[in-house]
Amino acid sequence: MKHLRALKYIATVAFVLALLVPPLHAQLDPTGEWDNRFHEDEPERIPGPEIGDYLGIPINDAARLRADTWTATLLELPENQCRPHPSDYSWRGPALLRIWKDTDPATQDVVAYHTHISWQAPEQTVWMDGRPHPPDFAPHTWQGFSTGKWEGDILAITTDHLKEGWIRRNGIPRSDRSTVSTHIMRHGTYLTVAVVIYDPAYLTEPFIRTTDFAYNPQQRMAPYPCESVNEGGRPEGVVPAHLPGANSFLAEFPANYGIPPEAARGGAETMYPEYIAKMKSMKTLPRPKGKHSDR
Amino acid sequence: MIQTTARTTARTMTRNKNVHVLTAAVSVIVLLGVSAVIAFAQPTHPQGNSDRGSSAAAPTSAPQAPTASSAQVRVMHVQGNVYVIAGAGGNITAQVGNDGVLLVDSGYVSTTDQVVAAVRSISDKPIRYIINTHIHPDHVGGNAAISQQGSTIAGGNVVGDIGASASQGATIVAFQSILDRMSAQDGKDKAPEKAWPTDTYDGPEKRLFFNGEAIEIIHEPSAHTDGDSIVFFRRSDVVSTGDIITMAGYPIIDVERGGTIQGIIHGLNRLVYQITIPAEKQEGGTMVIPGHGRVCDQADVVYYQEMVIIIRDRIQAMIDKGMTVDQVKAAKPTLDYDPLYASKGFWNPDRFVATIYQNLKDQHEKDQHSKAQQWAP
Repeated sequence: MKHLRALKYIATVAFVLALLVPPLHAQLDPTGEWDNRFHEDEPERIPGPEIGDYLGIPINDAARLRADTWTATLLELPENQCRPHPSDYSWRGPALLRIWKDTDPATQDVVAYHTHISWQAPEQTVWMDGRPHPPDFAPHTWQGFSTGKWEGDILAITTDHLKEGWIRRNGIPRSDRSTVSTHIMRHGTYLTVAVVIYDPAYLTEPFIRTTDFAYNPQQRMAPYPCESVNEGGRPEGVVPAHLPGANSFLAEFPANYGIPPEAARGGAETMYPEYIAKMKSMKTLPRPKGKHSDR
Repeated sequence: MIQTTARTTARTMTRNKNVHVLTAAVSVIVLLGVSAVIAFAQPTHPQGNSDRGSSAAAPTSAPQAPTASSAQVRVMHVQGNVYVIAGAGGNITAQVGNDGVLLVDSGYVSTTDQVVAAVRSISDKPIRYIINTHIHPDHVGGNAAISQQGSTIAGGNVVGDIGASASQGATIVAFQSILDRMSAQDGKDKAPEKAWPTDTYDGPEKRLFFNGEAIEIIHEPSAHTDGDSIVFFRRSDVVSTGDIITMAGYPIIDVERGGTIQGIIHGLNRLVYQITIPAEKQEGGTMVIPGHGRVCDQADVVYYQEMVIIIRDRIQAMIDKGMTVDQVKAAKPTLDYDPLYASKGFWNPDRFVATIYQNLKDQHEKDQHSKAQQWAP
């Protein structure tokens, strides 16, 4: 009985003390300076994806044609030069990341989280105060309109009202009809951002992708002004694009990497491990001699 | 299958959460020297209040366009003195200030009361002007009823000549061809006299200064129709495009009323290169109110312009190869844009493609004819 009484006493004291210590969620606060880890998906993120590489992305025929006819020359047009990455893609770019929060002085509740990313300096606001999303006829932005809530230790964000963006920087589009679900998870000095894209126009299934960051309190970011200039002397009203069926670069990726051309076309099936077995029965193109053949 | 992946991710997330809770619990034990039971009793997240973000849309609930039956007239501030009134047919632009209210377009005749109520929710001043971007009934239907509820600022010689009635009703401004069509006795577009434009122009531009703001009414020849006007509010930095842009679909080319694909592209180019200027990072700056659909900025117009030009170029290339219109339609040159713009109604992709095809053929013949005349002895 004495032991039981002592245990009850200790438990009561501990309970009272526990109420006085700072809440545990502070350990998971996502705010701070975060540095990207480019060795994660490096070939896609630094040199950039190959033209015609749609592997592992659940695109439909419409998205495939958009990508097939896309040319990077489009980015030379003055009206396209200063586009930032949209909020669902910006984690992938040259992405030194800062997260900070606004709190209500009276209640100390978090009203909003904000993110700032180094390349083109886009800033996303995640409203935590339960406000509704704008009406359907409101403008769409590169960063979209975001609301968040805590799901356990995970900051879960829903974003809509996005401008059209890109899933991969080789022309695979992400439409302005998309809704994006983002989950920010902190593991000590590491941060994982999982982005799930629901695109009724160009995806047949949701597309999920994670990107990791490391805490870097010494990080400093430079401003990123952007002013467009006329680079190509192209007449106004000319829009660079490949005609359907005329993009000769599409064959290079499957040939260089020994991947069946059919697989390179992507689609939901190519996301799953079972597809590897299926690929083994597909024909590949002759591999050109050169550095790719050694891979 | 992706749901399986998503579930796996969710399980991983849950496991991660559990790891954090356990870690937290151990920390409390070390810190306080008490039992883990008590540590687990501590709420992990004050922010974990699930109500906090409960209004956020579910991930799968992408915004949907309202159906006709659910359509209701709604108002939203755009920028400066300018508002958009949506749900009355075509988008209506309202510019408000001390001088009164100026509307760009007037919606369907059936939504007049709702439009006036929407105007009254943002201004108690008289409606002074209605500017028509083109002649279609979803844009001019409210002309008669709404103008009759407004008044024109009139005085001096005007009142002296025609009496006090000069101030009755708002002024209806439009390109001349709209009045011609509405007033033609045997025309398809014949309209009640009270709906007719009372102030027309037939040059490239008409200018107004109203509510402390310069307003350019720019004629875009042979675009959606032959009577299109773009209305640019220079201080508010907002432009109303009429149906040269319809974010909900491919641009409708009303050939019967003089519309052409070349005119649509000319209008889009004017918007991109001459009127809109984006603010920081290709966003904001000049705001654009299209004939239908959501409010835009230059970047949205650029996407739309690129889409129209790319499709035009594809069809031109097919014509150059000698393909017939049926072959071009079968080749589906709009396939990649159909999820965004295809309509199942009268303006379906086949009709859009066939119209462009015919426009380009006609233009080619016209060019050949001009060349022949130029070199004729």
